[in-house]
Amino acid sequence: MNLKLKDIVPQLITVIAVVLIFGFFTYNAQINMENRGIDFGYGFLSQESSFDVQFSLIEYDGSHSYFRAYLVGLLNTILVSVIGIIIATILGVIVGVARLSPNYLINKFAAFYVEFFRNIPLLLQIFFWYFAALRALPLPQDAEAIFGVFFLTIKGLYVPAFIWQNSHIFFYSIVAAIIAITVIRIHAKKVQENQGKQIPVFLISIGLIFILPLLSFLIGGVRLSFEVPVLKQLATTSFIYEGGVSLPPELIALTLSLSLYTATFIAECVRAGIQGVGKGQKEAAASIGLTPNQVLKLVIMPQALRIIIPPTTNQYLNLTKNSSLAAAIAYPDLVLVFAGTALMQTGKAIEIVSITMFTYLTLSISISILMNWYNKKIAIQEK
Amino acid sequence: MSKINFLKPDKTNLNTFLYLGSSLFFISLLDVSLNSFYSFNLTGFLPNFLSFLLPLILGFVGLYFIRIEFSGIKKLDLLNKHINTNNFNAILSLLIIFVIIKSIPPILSWFVIDASFAGDSKDVCTGSGACWTYIKVWLRRFMYGMYPNAEQWRINLSFVALVLLGSVGYFATDKFKKYLTLYYVVIYPLIAFLFIFFFISGGPVFFDFSYGIIAAILSIIIGFFIPSKFRFYYFLIVPFALYIVLKYFIFFEEYVELGKLDGLNWVETGAWGGLSLTFIISFFCLIFCFPIGMAFALGRRSGFPLIRYISIGFIEFWRGVPLITVLFMSAVMFPMFLPEDFFIDKLVRAIIAISLFEAAYVAEVIRGGLQALPRGQYEAAKSLGMGYWKMHIFVILPQALKLVIPGIANTFLALVKDTPLIFVVGLLEIVGMLNLAKTNPKWLGFAMEGYVFAAIIFWIICYAMSKYSYNLEQKYKTDR
Repeated sequence: MNLKLKDIVPQLITVIAVVLIFGFFTYNAQINMENRGIDFGYGFLSQESSFDVQFSLIEYDGSHSYFRAYLVGLLNTILVSVIGIIIATILGVIVGVARLSPNYLINKFAAFYVEFFRNIPLLLQIFFWYFAALRALPLPQDAEAIFGVFFLTIKGLYVPAFIWQNSHIFFYSIVAAIIAITVIRIHAKKVQENQGKQIPVFLISIGLIFILPLLSFLIGGVRLSFEVPVLKQLATTSFIYEGGVSLPPELIALTLSLSLYTATFIAECVRAGIQGVGKGQKEAAASIGLTPNQVLKLVIMPQALRIIIPPTTNQYLNLTKNSSLAAAIAYPDLVLVFAGTALMQTGKAIEIVSITMFTYLTLSISISILMNWYNKKIAIQEK
Repeated sequence: MSKINFLKPDKTNLNTFLYLGSSLFFISLLDVSLNSFYSFNLTGFLPNFLSFLLPLILGFVGLYFIRIEFSGIKKLDLLNKHINTNNFNAILSLLIIFVIIKSIPPILSWFVIDASFAGDSKDVCTGSGACWTYIKVWLRRFMYGMYPNAEQWRINLSFVALVLLGSVGYFATDKFKKYLTLYYVVIYPLIAFLFIFFFISGGPVFFDFSYGIIAAILSIIIGFFIPSKFRFYYFLIVPFALYIVLKYFIFFEEYVELGKLDGLNWVETGAWGGLSLTFIISFFCLIFCFPIGMAFALGRRSGFPLIRYISIGFIEFWRGVPLITVLFMSAVMFPMFLPEDFFIDKLVRAIIAISLFEAAYVAEVIRGGLQALPRGQYEAAKSLGMGYWKMHIFVILPQALKLVIPGIANTFLALVKDTPLIFVVGLLEIVGMLNLAKTNPKWLGFAMEGYVFAAIIFWIICYAMSKYSYNLEQKYKTDR
C-alpha cells in the first residue's frame, strides 16, 4: 500500500466533519429528549393505536397496533402507486406516440396536453380535482347510473362487486393459460430459428387467455355474479349506496392527478425513445420487406425500449414518491396515517419520521435495483 | 366526363369529388357548430342515436372523397397530408375538431361571458360563470399572504430592485462580462439577502449613516496615499473595517446621533405568503442548491473513496425520499437535533430542507454532464499542468454545465412546482392561501376560480422558464 498524506488528509477531514455533525445532532437530540422526558425506542409499534382510518385494504380499527396502522398506510400508498403507474403508462404511451403522428391535429393536441399538465404543480392539480372538480358531482340520491351499474357521486365512485364461486379454479385456469403461452412462445422461437416457420403466437395467445378461463366457467363450475350498489336512505336527506365497492373521492382525485401529471413525462420519454432510433433503421427494415407493423414490432420497439425504460423507471419512482401528497387531501396513505396521525398521538418524531423515510427509501431503491437489472439484461451486448 | 366510381376518388373527377366532399365536410362542421353555439339541432328530425353520429359519418365521407393524391391543388394536398392521410387519421381529426368546437362555448361562457367581474362582495356572483370578483377581492392575499397591506410596497420595491439588478447581465459590456460570474454567484445573492432581510422582513438595521459617512471620508483621504496596485483591495476592506472600528470601539452612541436609521416594522415570516413567498423560496433554494449540488457531483466523481461514498450516500438518500417527508423532518424532527436555546425560523428551515433535497437532483444532473465530457478534455487539462481545481474551474465545469442546461432547468422547474408543499410546515404560499380563502365563510364555493387562477399563474411561470431554458440550450450549443 502506497498511501500518500495528500490522499488521506482530505478524506480524513471530510469524515471527521461528517462524524462531528452527526455527533452534534445526536448529542443535542439526547439532551432534548431527556429534558422533555421522551424516551427513544420503537416499542410503541406494538401498542394499541386507538385511531380509525377511513379507507383501508386490510381489516383495521382503533384496537389494532401502530404497526398495523403503518401497514394500512403502506398498502394504501402502494395501491395508489400501482393504479397510477398503470394508467400513466397507458396514457403516456398513447400521448407519446400521438406526438409523433404525422396528423397535425393529433400531434398538436398531444403537445397541448403535455405542455398543459406538466407545467402546473401536482399539488394544485390534486386540490383542483378534489376540492373543485369532484365537489361538483351530484349527491348520491341525484346520481345517474353509468351503464346502469356505476354511480359517480360526491361521496365517491360506486362500482359493482364481483362475487365469485369456485374462484380458485378460475385462477388456476389463468395460470394454466400463462404457462401454455410461455411454452408455445419458446417452441415458436425454436421452430423459427430451426426451420424459419412462423407460428401465429399472438393469435394463439389471445385465444388461450380467453378460452381457458371461459372453459372454467362452462365446465369448472365457476360462477360470477355482480353485486350492484343500491341507494339506501339513512335519514330524510341523507342517502348512501350499499353493496358493491366504493372508491373514496380522495383515491379518485389522487390517482387521476398523479396519472395525468406523470403521463406527460412518460409521453416525453416515449417520444424521445422512438425518435432516438435512427432513421436508417426504419428504412433498412422497410427495404428488406418488413411490413410497417413488423418494422415497429421487430426493429423500432426493441431499440426504443432501451432508451425509454431508464427515464420511465425514474417517473415511476417519482409517482410513488409523489403519492405522499395524499396527505394534503386526507387520503390515508403512509405519510398521513403514520407520519401524521400516529406522530401526533405518540410524539415519537424521530422514530416515526425515520421509519417513514426508510420505507420510501427501501421502495425506491428496490425499484431502481430491479430496473437496473432489467436494463442490464436488455442492453446492447457490445463486442 | 368519365364514369364516377364513388368508392375510389380519383383525379379525373377531381372537381366533382372536391365539391361533394368539401360540402359534406362543411355540413358536418356546420351541424356541430350550430349545435354547440346556438344549441340548434340541424338533424333533430332523425333518431337520437343517428343524429348524434351523423356529423361524424358525413365528415368522414367528405374527407374520404377529397382524399385524392397529387391533386395539383396545393392547399388540398397540404390538408390531406396533415389531417387526412387515411381513414383512421380522418376519424381522429374529425373527433378532435368536434371536441374543440364543442368545448369552446362552455369554456368561453364560464371564463368571460357569464362571469362576473364587478363589485366586491359575493352577491354579484349570481351567473353560471366564474366569479372573478372573488379573485379581485382576495388578490392582495394571494400575492402577499398575511403581509400587512400598508407595508406591501416593501415587497414590490424589493422585487423590482432585484429584477433590475438581475438583468444587469443583459446590459453589461464586454469589458465587464468577465465579472458577471462573480456578480451572480456572490454579490447578487448577497444583495438579494440584504433586500429581503431589511425590506421584506424589516430586520434591524445595523448600519449607522453618520459613522458610515465618517468612515467613507476618512478612507478616501487615506486612499490617496495608497499605491494604485493595492487600491482595489484597500477599498474592498478598509472602509468596512473603519466603520466597524468607529462604531463599536472608538465612538459612543451619545456623541454621534446624526442620520441614524430605525428599522422598518418587523414582519415575521409567518405572515409572509402568497406568490411572493413562492418567489422568495424558489429564489433562495435555487441559489443554495446549485453550489451544494455541484460539490456533491464532484464528490461523487472524486478519486477518494471515502468522499465518494459519503456523496453517494447523500445523493441517494435525498433522491429516495419524497419532499413532503423531508419537510416533515424539518418541521418536527430537526428542532430536536439543535441545542435547546437555538431557534431557527421555520421559513429558513424549509429553505434548508428544500435546498438539500433539490441539491441531490442537481448533483445527479451535473454528474451526467461531467460523465458526458470526453476523457481527452481531462487529459489535455492535466497535460497542461493544471491541478484538480484549476482543471475543473477553467476546463471541465464550463463545458459540463453548458451540457446540462436543460437538466438544470428541469430541476429548477420542479423546485418551483414543489414550493406549494411548504404547507406542511405551516407556511402558506399561493396554493395555501387559496385553501385558506376557500374556507372563509363569506366566500364559500369558489374553489374552482381560485385553482384556475393559480394554475394559470404557475403555468405561465413554468412555461416561460422551460422556453427560456430551451433558448439557452440553443444559444450555448457547441458542436463537438
